[in-house]
Amino acid sequence: MNQFLRSLSATQQVGLLFVLVFGALTACSAVVFAMSLRNERRLGDLDLAARDLVYFRSLLKSTWLIVGVFWLGWSLGRTATIVLFAVVAFFAMREFTTLSPTRRGDHRSLVLAFFVILPVQFWLVAKGYTGLFSVFVPVYVFAALPVVSALAGDPVRFLERNAKLQWGIMVCVYGLSHVPALLLLEFRGWDLTRNAFLLFFLVMTAQIGLVAQYLTTRQLLSKRLLAAPAPGISQSFSWRGWAAGVLVAAILGALFAGITPFKPGQAFAMAGIACATASLGRLVMKALERDRGATAWGKGVRSVTGGTGVLSRVDGLCFAAPVFYHSVRWYFNI
Amino acid sequence: MGYLLLGLVRLLTGSQARWQGCPPKAEQRIYFANHQSHADLVMIWAALPAELRGITRPIAARDYWTRSNFKRWITTEVFNAVYVERERKGDDDPLAPLEQALSAGDSLILFPEGTRGHQEEPAAFKAGLYNLAQRFPNVVLVPAWINNIQRLLPKGEVIPVPVLCSVTFGEPIALRANEDRRSFLDRARSAVVALRDT
Repeated sequence: MNQFLRSLSATQQVGLLFVLVFGALTACSAVVFAMSLRNERRLGDLDLAARDLVYFRSLLKSTWLIVGVFWLGWSLGRTATIVLFAVVAFFAMREFTTLSPTRRGDHRSLVLAFFVILPVQFWLVAKGYTGLFSVFVPVYVFAALPVVSALAGDPVRFLERNAKLQWGIMVCVYGLSHVPALLLLEFRGWDLTRNAFLLFFLVMTAQIGLVAQYLTTRQLLSKRLLAAPAPGISQSFSWRGWAAGVLVAAILGALFAGITPFKPGQAFAMAGIACATASLGRLVMKALERDRGATAWGKGVRSVTGGTGVLSRVDGLCFAAPVFYHSVRWYFNI
Repeated sequence: MGYLLLGLVRLLTGSQARWQGCPPKAEQRIYFANHQSHADLVMIWAALPAELRGITRPIAARDYWTRSNFKRWITTEVFNAVYVERERKGDDDPLAPLEQALSAGDSLILFPEGTRGHQEEPAAFKAGLYNLAQRFPNVVLVPAWINNIQRLLPKGEVIPVPVLCSVTFGEPIALRANEDRRSFLDRARSAVVALRDT
């Protein structure tokens, strides 16, 4: 597999991946559609399987979205990809702000976050200032933002409000900016234009790992072999399912090592890391949603609608991307 | 310009309309809503479908919306607003321009609180709505709740922050026979407030 993939030209690889990925997604959608038809017959019976189908559908939807965005970015080139992810980050951040109550004193900080920090972060990525973009949010923004908030002169729940804002920026802007940043990693003896495959590798292994985790947990739960460790947060998270998902992602990563600069062993580890963080990141975001009373970002919130649910589609990626990016940089000494 | 503004509002707020008590329909209506920000006017305008936007005119306070050339231009050319005086001058009926618009067959967007509120709960409604309901019994009165808009642009700020906002349109209310002014206005106000939690 590895040798075969490497022997193909970039165009052939793209063609092969296109058929594989969209074929698999179409097949999954068809299966889910068939299942929904079957479920229709016993309507009103809201058992585990029916609820699962809803969740599985949303997962499938997010996979379609991410793969679609990736493909669009790939075909449009590097700058377009960066702009695309900046837009995604904007919508994700918008949803995050909507659900975290802010006060009037936070207004200037929010303006700063949306209209200065977000563009600057993605501009740094586009310019290839690798060192600066990876510390811009955690160092400079971390120091500057509370100053703006303090100048607004509202001491009520100051730490809490600031923490929320910092967290939102960290997840939505910083996290997502690492996805297109993969396009600019310079591996030795590797053609930079093929870096889009790295991005694809990350997204694909993380997403398929999530699906595998979900299916395993579902099997185990329905046979009553285990109880979810955090039922208050997620019914579909379990450590055994998580391990299975990571393993599937890692094996898949090893199989697709040929499209990346990694050796199969390295690809195995990197894909495992990506999926492990994506899954745990999703769990964390779920905890946040539950706290805000929302079942999915942007949707299901009783008082606020209009959300397209972008954040819940990319939440795993927000965590996986920076970890993946920095592991790769550290290991390959780039 | 109108489309540019519409795009901007959609980008910043999502401008979601939720038609809960009535469908969007081209009948003569008065939409009345809570008022927390100057952006309310823009928000409710953007939430209406394009077909209704053309026949629906928001009410704008003359002293604020004619203060600069830009504000005057945007309220007349884009929103096609009806200006009202907030301060009563002499014997002029402040409702006269509204009646004129209703007689011409336009729908209106009204903020019966008269001024922007600072509290969670909207202030008591002013009599204008009652008077219009009395004089135009065939106009459908639709309550609306604008959510989250105070976070978009608090008083005194210039740059709006992106947050998702929504407008919920409720079931139309009508003036009952022999209903007095106060109880009608209170009923109208609670119809608006009731939409907050749905």
